[in-house]
Amino acid sequence: MLEVRNLSIAFKTSAGLKSAVRNIDFTIRPGEILGLVGESGSGKTITSLGVMGLLPPNAVITGGEVLVDGIDILKLPPAELRKLRGGHIAMIFQDPIASLDPIFTCGDQIIEAILLHNPIGRANARRKARDLLEKVLIPDPDRAMRAYPHELSGGQCQRIMIAMAVACRPRVIIADEPTTALDVTVQKQVLDLLRELNDEVGAAILLITHDLGVIYEVADRVVVMYAGNKMEEATTADLFSAPQSDYSRALIDSMPSLGRDAERLPVIERDSSGKVRSVRPEPRPRPASSGPIPAGGDPPLLEIRDLCKSYWVKPSPLAMPVEMRAVDRVSLSIAPRTTLGLVGESGCGKSTLSRAVIRLYKPDSGQIFFKGKDIAGLSDKEMRPFRREIAMVFQNPYGSLNPRQTVAQIVEAPMLIFADGDAAGRQGRVRSLLDAVGMPAAAAQKYPHEFSGGQRQRIAIARALALNPSLVICDEAVSALDVSVQAQVLNLLKDLQAEFDLTYLFISHDLSVVEHVSDTVAVMQKGRIVEYGPAAEIFGNPMEPYTRILLDAVPTVGSLRGGKEGA
Amino acid sequence: MIPQAIFRATRNQPSFLASIVLLVAVVFIGVFGSWLAPQDPFLLNPQTVNQGSTTAHWLGTDEFGRDLLSRLLIGVQPTLLVAIGATVIAGVLGTMIGIAGAYGRPLIAFLIMRSVDIMLSFPPILLALLAVGFWESGIFSLAVVIGVLYVPHFARVAHAATLQVSRMEFMEAEHAMGASARRVVFTAILPNILSPLVVQATLTVAAAILLESGLSFLGLGIVPPEPSWGQMIGTARGYLGQNPMYVIWPSLLLALTVLAINVVGDRLRDILDPRLREE
Amino acid sequence: MNASIGALLLAARKLLTALIQLVVVATLIFSVMYIMPGDPVLLLLGADSNPSPEAIASMRSQLGLDQPVVSQYFIWLWNALHLDFGKSLTNGYPVANYVMQNLPRTLELAFAAIVIAALIGVPLGIAAALKRGSMRDTVLTSIATIGISVPVYIMGTLLVLFFSLKLGWLPASGYTDISRNILEHFRKLALPALALGFGLAASIARMTRSSMLEILGRDFVRALRAKGMSERRIIWQHVLRNAAIPIVTIIGLQLGNLMGGTVLVEAMFNWPGLSTLLVGAVSARNYPLVQGAMLAIAAAFILINLVVELLYSLLDPRIRRKRS
Repeated sequence: MLEVRNLSIAFKTSAGLKSAVRNIDFTIRPGEILGLVGESGSGKTITSLGVMGLLPPNAVITGGEVLVDGIDILKLPPAELRKLRGGHIAMIFQDPIASLDPIFTCGDQIIEAILLHNPIGRANARRKARDLLEKVLIPDPDRAMRAYPHELSGGQCQRIMIAMAVACRPRVIIADEPTTALDVTVQKQVLDLLRELNDEVGAAILLITHDLGVIYEVADRVVVMYAGNKMEEATTADLFSAPQSDYSRALIDSMPSLGRDAERLPVIERDSSGKVRSVRPEPRPRPASSGPIPAGGDPPLLEIRDLCKSYWVKPSPLAMPVEMRAVDRVSLSIAPRTTLGLVGESGCGKSTLSRAVIRLYKPDSGQIFFKGKDIAGLSDKEMRPFRREIAMVFQNPYGSLNPRQTVAQIVEAPMLIFADGDAAGRQGRVRSLLDAVGMPAAAAQKYPHEFSGGQRQRIAIARALALNPSLVICDEAVSALDVSVQAQVLNLLKDLQAEFDLTYLFISHDLSVVEHVSDTVAVMQKGRIVEYGPAAEIFGNPMEPYTRILLDAVPTVGSLRGGKEGA
Repeated sequence: MIPQAIFRATRNQPSFLASIVLLVAVVFIGVFGSWLAPQDPFLLNPQTVNQGSTTAHWLGTDEFGRDLLSRLLIGVQPTLLVAIGATVIAGVLGTMIGIAGAYGRPLIAFLIMRSVDIMLSFPPILLALLAVGFWESGIFSLAVVIGVLYVPHFARVAHAATLQVSRMEFMEAEHAMGASARRVVFTAILPNILSPLVVQATLTVAAAILLESGLSFLGLGIVPPEPSWGQMIGTARGYLGQNPMYVIWPSLLLALTVLAINVVGDRLRDILDPRLREE
Repeated sequence: MNASIGALLLAARKLLTALIQLVVVATLIFSVMYIMPGDPVLLLLGADSNPSPEAIASMRSQLGLDQPVVSQYFIWLWNALHLDFGKSLTNGYPVANYVMQNLPRTLELAFAAIVIAALIGVPLGIAAALKRGSMRDTVLTSIATIGISVPVYIMGTLLVLFFSLKLGWLPASGYTDISRNILEHFRKLALPALALGFGLAASIARMTRSSMLEILGRDFVRALRAKGMSERRIIWQHVLRNAAIPIVTIIGLQLGNLMGGTVLVEAMFNWPGLSTLLVGAVSARNYPLVQGAMLAIAAAFILINLVVELLYSLLDPRIRRKRS
């Protein structure tokens, strides 16, 4: 049993203590899973580290108690606390590969964890470690015992971390974003495993995550945090059916979720008094200057036929390189002013495909017809006019903007490259573009690091629109953003599509987001398109088994919970 | 934001401030040394050979009775010219080669970086020795030789930094916009690899000073009667018994100067390190 | 693929790279010598004695210099492969004899220096990293920064001033063969080895500290703390073993650099090693000797680096067992 009472943590800064979390209260009973949910900066991770007694040196606990089976661990001397850690309280981290020592085999590390708290002898510990690996359903446990962390996948490493965590039958398990670094199908397996194991172990689990879907899927109760404060505590069912706090309601609303068709996502706003509320913004009216909406039935703007792109990889240092087909005979087409959602797990080839379309790579074979002309084999020089027409928005808003340029220089860049207009004309265009993406004019003279992730993504979108392109490729453009910010950017993309007659190739691993934005959807697996059709059909009535696996794996609010109710 | 960070560092860290003050003083002496010298640094005087500190000669005299303080003051200039000249040569050539090795066509890049590796398999002092052993030495040729010898070191740093920048998404964004190679190099790569290059430049100044003084110490660098600190140390070693202070003064100044450069380099590395700054 | 076969293949590839590097370096040495100013024939006959054209021609053919450059190169390379680097221009002794005589002395000096440096530098670096930001850390890093700033010849001079002139404990310079007087041999080794070792110790301490800090900041260290492992055990069992990989590499590379990096110390302590040989040969324009000494230095450097890389891949499972 874990009881956290009135916990407050602050950071030491040069200007004195800066409060990070305030008066956090919750209780987790044995066998129960409590979800701690919040966006970045909400203080959820620092709370978990405080509970574990692993705060960074610049953080201090300013008040409260953390009771594990009635003992306040904050008052324990370090040596006593250490004995509890790993044995009584176990922790599972976000990045499983980095959380294992790279130079020891996984087997040795599990054995070490067992022996730390149970001196049962090495041979017994080895047997127990192997049993644990079987229990966490790792394929080929004997190989996993001998393997080094880098030889296993992220999902397998997380199973090993879980095996270590449950090895000593802890009373409390703290799992900090345990599935964030994993693919959606792997995430599902890991969450199911955690749940099933806990039926046996009976620990109190604190599950920290930013993903409401994960909470909905496995948590019994939820604590919602915002800006260092606890906003709400409720059972999972209550939270999603009748959220009490404004923030929780807004957070749940702004999350696109499978099967909940909404043209626009509500966004979270804070009024002048600091009160949080959810607002569903109206679509921006199409400006008169844009002319009448063109009639439908046009030929496709982009048509890809039998596109192939391979890499040659060496399986070992001296082996012959083998061909890896990243994109394997892909055919797709996108009608003007529509959105094609391209969805798949990491490594499926969706990024390679998008970079072949914008010709960052030259495809091996196949055609890419853009407005009827094949651009697949064009030289860099011949490709140039098409770079006006095709723009790209990248995944990482922290990496896609040159940190040494001002926002004005960044947005102006495409015009400069194509020598469009004079300096004054370009500056005017920069202002109108910033306005179009909802950035203040004063932003122009600042540098990217002065903005948040969502604002940076707006700047990246402004740059993409600088030359009035017809096709915009969005490569995981909202994946790095918090849910509420993601909602704002998705709304913006929809507004801009109507305003500038844009066509989107929208790439994402997140099925809920893809369903929300797409007219047509293509599902990609191992370089191939396995299913392709109108969004409603794919999500309503998937034909391919892989699509169904993907859909089932998405933790979804409002859908039937297989694992929980079935068991 | 970087100038402010440097300013803050001078306030919080006395050693950093002291180092900067010392370096400014050294550069000042380098420029105005011949005006500052209290006596003629080349005047021989058989009566005052190898003296310790006196009222006439504050720091004593050398083996020809010349005023040590004056010789120390004018001895800064050649060392400084060689070090700065060498750093400029190494910096410009090394940066160009390093960027080409990371961003150029694969075959050229491969050849460039292999040659850099091979050049790195000889210690610079050895190659410098060969070069000045076969050719005449002087400030200009020393600067060129030392500069060329540190090109591979610079190229390594520029290469690694360029590779790191090349993996950033904004490089893909530049290519997707159809940016020319020139634009990519000058707006995307160079400004973003500047920090490690600045740090490498301070290290190169220190290394060049050590290399020049080492060569002069062996009698292969700055040619007498023109003094340099390294050369004075080399000569003074013959008179350790008679006048130990003769070797102490130039050694102390040389070590302090190099120390100041290293302290500044270390602090700059911390200040410019993006991993430390992002928070 | 079988892990041990993979490791063997990796070793074979590194060996091949080293061999290619050696051939390229040899070619470079040959061509540099070829374009260097000064004619060895004139030097040999004495430029002042105004030798007759016949004498010059016969000397040229005697040295093989009348052959085309390319065949000169291949003959030289072929001979060098058989450890025949030609004969000294001044006395006709085989260059190989000189190299074989002086190489072990440089190796001995370099090993002594690196052992001293590692014994001082590694513990100090660890001690500083474990108490990052403390007074101890500040003092140790300051000493290390001073250490890398003092040139080796100043360090040497100070050591001579103190241990030889003031205390009279150790000889100021010279070399005694180990077969003649073991004690005297090591007494004469002490000061040059210390002079080199102190500066290296400082740079090893700095790099040890930063390697340690890098490892201490990794996620797995936090995970080990969460498992309830004692700090002492985390350091000794996990952090040090991980940090050992870069530290061993750094020490190895320093040793390689010492193959030619001993030049100043050899000169000031009259230590008759490879660099001394090279410096003498350069000033005497003794081309075959210069080539031989350079080649020996480069070969020793490449060989040491090869060993370091093999050791590195042996220590690090991420390289030893590449994911297949």
